[in-house]
Amino acid sequence: MKKPKITVGAVIEEPGSTIKNKTGGWRSFRPVRDKKKCTKCGLCWQFCPDNAINENFDVNYDYCKGCGICANICPFKAIKMVKEEK
Amino acid sequence: MKKVIEASTAVALGVKLCEPGVIPMYPITPQTHIVERLADYINDGLLSSEMIHVESEHSAISAALGAEAMGVRTFTATASQGLALMHEILFVVAGMRLPVVMAVANRALSAPINIWNDHQDSISERDSGWIQLYVESAQEALDTIIQAYKIAENRKVLLPVMVCLDGFTLSHVYEPVDILKQEDVNKFLPQYNPLFKLDPKKPITMGPIGFPNTYMEFRKQTHDTMLDSINIIKDVNNQFKESFNRSYGNGLIETYKIEDANYAIAAMGTACSTTRVVVDELRKQGKKVGLIKIKSFRPFPKQEIISCCKNIKGIAVIDRNISLGNEGALYTELRSAFYNQNKKPIIKGFIAGLGGRDITPDHIKTAFKKIENSSDTEWLL
Ligand code: SF4
Ligand code: SF4
Repeated sequence: MKKPKITVGAVIEEPGSTIKNKTGGWRSFRPVRDKKKCTKCGLCWQFCPDNAINENFDVNYDYCKGCGICANICPFKAIKMVKEEK
Repeated sequence: MKKVIEASTAVALGVKLCEPGVIPMYPITPQTHIVERLADYINDGLLSSEMIHVESEHSAISAALGAEAMGVRTFTATASQGLALMHEILFVVAGMRLPVVMAVANRALSAPINIWNDHQDSISERDSGWIQLYVESAQEALDTIIQAYKIAENRKVLLPVMVCLDGFTLSHVYEPVDILKQEDVNKFLPQYNPLFKLDPKKPITMGPIGFPNTYMEFRKQTHDTMLDSINIIKDVNNQFKESFNRSYGNGLIETYKIEDANYAIAAMGTACSTTRVVVDELRKQGKKVGLIKIKSFRPFPKQEIISCCKNIKGIAVIDRNISLGNEGALYTELRSAFYNQNKKPIIKGFIAGLGGRDITPDHIKTAFKKIENSSDTEWLL
């Protein structure tokens, strides 16, 4: 990892570091949506704490940390958490 | 203009002269008079700060953090359990380098519950990264609040400052106080010009994660800054002297009759006033004794203390706190300061005045006797 600048109070002066910092590697389970079961109710999109689900309810695996909240909230059990394999 | 006022009012007047934008507050004895006075000033249209009534001290310091992050000068006050409840956020404020100023009306910690004075509350926060200044009089309380903002907001410091005054023993005591003029304070204390602030037009990230590859560098940076603040505290004390013709030693420590003394009493807060009286009495009996008042406990002014002790044979340290299982905190610091010196005085620690018990002249005299009579070899007869 590149050593960040040691600024006063650890302030990051340039915005956008969250986009640059891809956190998908932290995931051990990936959410997989069954499009046939999905009614596009939008709950997963609302609840994802990482904004990793877009307005078409597709998951952006660059940022999805695999927390499983989307699978848990889906009223139609349309999302399954599948183990990540190396 | 001199007026006889309560020390809590002196603190509030000091704050008023600094015109903070935001004052988050939660009342707790014996601090409450300070924020009550500030509420009066706002109500009477004398102060335009926004006062935020929060539901706990944890929220008070959190709101102060948020306001300060917006680049606004802030003030809050607390004591005892309230300061303990702030513990978590104290470290965050210091680590984020936000120059909040807070008054602490020192009070004992439970249990048993006790609303009276000792220094256990702020001493227990000594590692939090806050500068800690202990005052002795109502005048010093007012003056130190103004100095505190000038120290904290200095670009070379940017650290929060606690101004500690003994609960009741000072906070509720009436003394004549010279109240500074607003225009003079405005000249002394410039408008706060933050290095960073939260601004939607220029977004920045404050308080991010520090991974193992940077955390230590950030901690070291804050520690180095704390050490460097020793010179800024001295400077501010000197500038205050130039502007207002008053100063408190070198800003870090203050001594009394120490120049030709062989023995010293070291203390913090109001116990120093009692010690001055005892020093005068003992001097009449021919004893060469003086006082070292430690005003700045953090940063700890090691060099300043060592250099005023060149001819000192013994130091009696009065601690209004106890690190249970070891010793008083000031005693630990003083002994450690002398460890690498070739010439070391005898140093003895005394625990006194916990939970509102008075520290009397007799206590100080006993401490002096014990240090004067101690020798390397004692006879067990
Ligand atoms: S698993 Fe968690 S992070 Fe990933 S898409 Fe679902 S809610 Fe978002
Ligand atoms: S919560 Fe389930 S049904 Fe609703 S949009 Fe998401 S996947 Fe589709």
